[in-house]
Amino acid sequence: MIVDINFIGLIITSIMASAVPLILASCGELITERSGVLNLGVEGMMIIGAISGFALMIVTGSLVIAVFGAMLAGVLISTIFAFLTQTLITNHVATGLALTIFGIGISAMIGKNFVGIPGKDFPILFESFKDAIPFLSPILFGHSIVFYFAFALPFLTNYFLKKTKIGLIVRAVGDSPDSASNQGINVRLVRYLCILYGGAMCGLAGAYLSMIYTPQWIENMTGGRGWIALALVVFSTWNPIKILVGAMIFGGLTIIQFHMQAVGVRIPVQFLTALPYIVTIIVLVVISRDSRKIRLSTPSSLGKSFYKDN
Amino acid sequence: MIKIVKRDQPSRAIFFLTPVLAIFLTLVAGGLIFYILGFKPFEALKFFFIVPIADKYGFSELLLKATPLCLIAIGLSFCFKSNNWNIGAEGQLTFGAIVSGGVALLFYDQEGFYILPIVILAGAIGGMLYASIPAILKTYFNTNEILVSLMLVYVSKLILDYLVVGPWSNPEGFNFPETRQFSESARLPLLFEGLRIHAGIFLALAAVVISWFIFYKTYLGFQMKVSGFSLKTAKYAGYKGKKMIILVFLISGACAGLAGVGEITGPIGQLHREISPDYGFTAIIVAFLGRLNPVGIIFASLVVAITYLGAETAQIFMQIPKYTGQVFQGMILFFLLASDYLLFFKIKFIGSKK
Repeated sequence: MIVDINFIGLIITSIMASAVPLILASCGELITERSGVLNLGVEGMMIIGAISGFALMIVTGSLVIAVFGAMLAGVLISTIFAFLTQTLITNHVATGLALTIFGIGISAMIGKNFVGIPGKDFPILFESFKDAIPFLSPILFGHSIVFYFAFALPFLTNYFLKKTKIGLIVRAVGDSPDSASNQGINVRLVRYLCILYGGAMCGLAGAYLSMIYTPQWIENMTGGRGWIALALVVFSTWNPIKILVGAMIFGGLTIIQFHMQAVGVRIPVQFLTALPYIVTIIVLVVISRDSRKIRLSTPSSLGKSFYKDN
Repeated sequence: MIKIVKRDQPSRAIFFLTPVLAIFLTLVAGGLIFYILGFKPFEALKFFFIVPIADKYGFSELLLKATPLCLIAIGLSFCFKSNNWNIGAEGQLTFGAIVSGGVALLFYDQEGFYILPIVILAGAIGGMLYASIPAILKTYFNTNEILVSLMLVYVSKLILDYLVVGPWSNPEGFNFPETRQFSESARLPLLFEGLRIHAGIFLALAAVVISWFIFYKTYLGFQMKVSGFSLKTAKYAGYKGKKMIILVFLISGACAGLAGVGEITGPIGQLHREISPDYGFTAIIVAFLGRLNPVGIIFASLVVAITYLGAETAQIFMQIPKYTGQVFQGMILFFLLASDYLLFFKIKFIGSKK
C-alpha cells in the first residue's frame, strides 16, 4: 500500500490547527493556576473572546482590532473573577462556574445579530513555501500568526516560569503565599495580573475559533474546549511543555473522527464525538492515580483564598 | 471615613439576608443591561419577572420549572455541604432519563399501576450509577471530580442523541430524532385539568423534607457539616471519608435522575434530544442561592425558575434573546458571592473628627 506522505502531512497540520485553542487557553490557565488561583471560567472567557473577535471583525473590518479586542474582552470578563476572588475573597470554584454561565449567556446575547454572517479571510504567513518540501511544507508554512504564536507559547511560558524573576514570583505566590507576602510581594496584585493574563489568552483562543478555525459565529461554539483546556493543565502536571503534547493528543482525537467517517468506519458518530471527553477522563485517572506526584506538582495554594490582615 | 473590619464570627442574620440583596442587585444590573440594549428598564423587568407568572397558567409553569431545579439543588447540597464539587448534575439527569425512558419504552403498549413506580426507580438508579463514576474515581484514583463529572455531561448527551436517532427511535416516527410516546401508565399524573404541573412536585417536596431531616437531625448530617468545614478535622474525628463521598454523590445522582424522570414522564412523554434546558447547571446556582438549606432552596428554585419563564416571555414580546435568562442566572451567583463579603467583614463608618 502506498501511503501518500503529503496526505499524512495534511492530517498532522489539521491536528495542530485544532490543538491551537487548547494550547492558548491551557497556557493562560496554567499561569493563573501557578499563582494559586483556580479559574473554572475558561469556557466562559473563551466564548466571550470568540464573539468579541468575530463581532469586532465584522463591525470594524480590522483583524488587528478584532484580535486584540478579543483579548481585551477576555481581560475585562476575567476582571470580574479577579475582583470577586481576590478583593471580596469568594470561593474560586463557584465564581468560576458563574463566570462560565454568565459568559455563555452574554455571548449569545451579543451574538444574536451575527449568526449566519460569513467571516473574513485571515492572512497566512509563508504562503509561497507551502509546496516547497513534501510532507514538511504544509506543517511548517502557510498558517496564521496566531497558529505560530500558540506553538511558541508553551516554550515561552516555560522560560518565563523557570528563568525569569517575575516567573519565580508567580511560583512563590502560588506555592507559599504567606512567605511571599512576608518577603514584601503583593500577593493580591500578582494574582490579579495572572488572572487577567489567563483571560487574555482565553480570549485569544476564542477569537482563533471564530475568526480563523471556523470563521463564523455559532452559539456555544467553544463546545467544551474550555473544560478540556482545564483538564490539560492537570494532565500537564502544571508543566507548559506537556500541554503541547496533551493538546496534540486531543486535537488528534477531534480530527480522527472526521477521517474515520470519511473512510467509512461503521462506528456511531456520537461515539467518536464523545471520544475526547472519555479519553480526558481516562487520562485524568491515569495521571491522578499517583497522588504523591500530583501533590508535588500542584501549586500548594491552588484554589485557596489568601487574606492578609493589615 | 470607611473602615473594613473582619467579623469575629460570620453573621447569622446576614447569612440569610444576602440572597435577598443579591436578587435585588441582579434586578438593578438587569435593568441597566436592558437600558443599554435600548429598552425601558422597568417595562422590560416587568415582562421578565411579573408578566410570566401573572395568571394561573404562568404559575403552573413556574412550579413546573422550579420542580427539577429544587430536586437537583437538594441533591447537590449534600455534595456541596461536604466539600464535593459535583457539577455534572446535568449528566446525571440525562442518564437517569435515559434509563427510565428505556424502561418506559419496554412498556410502551402496556398499562398497569406498577409501571410508573418501576420507571421512577429506574431513573433514580440511572442517576446514581452515573454519579458513582466521579465518586469512585475521586475516592480510589484521586481524580478531580469537577472535571470528570463535567466531561460526563457531554458523554451523556451524546448517548441520548445516539439512542434517539438510532436504536430507540420511533419506528413509525418518519426518522424524527425521538422515541415512541410512553404509555399513559408511565406518565406522572397531572394535578389540574389543562395545566402542565404534575405529580413530580411531590418528589421535590419529599426531597426537601427528607434532606432537612438528614441535615439537621442525624449524625450523617453532622459529619457532612464537619467535613465541609475541615477535611482534617473530619479525618481526625475518624469519619469514613470515602464512604461519605460515595454516599453524597449517590444521593445527588438519585435526585438529578429523578428530575430527569419528572421531565420525560411529565411534560415531555418521550425521549428526544432536548430534555433539559440545562437544569443541572442552573441548579448549582439554586443550591447556593438557597444557602444549601432545604427551605431556602424552595424559595431559590422559584426565583431562578422565573428567569427561565421571563426569558421566554421577553423573547416573544420584546425580541430579547432568551439567553438573557442565563445572564441573569450568572449575575445572581456573582452578586450572591460578592455579598458574602458582608458575612465575614463589617463596614464601619467612623467619624473623621479627632
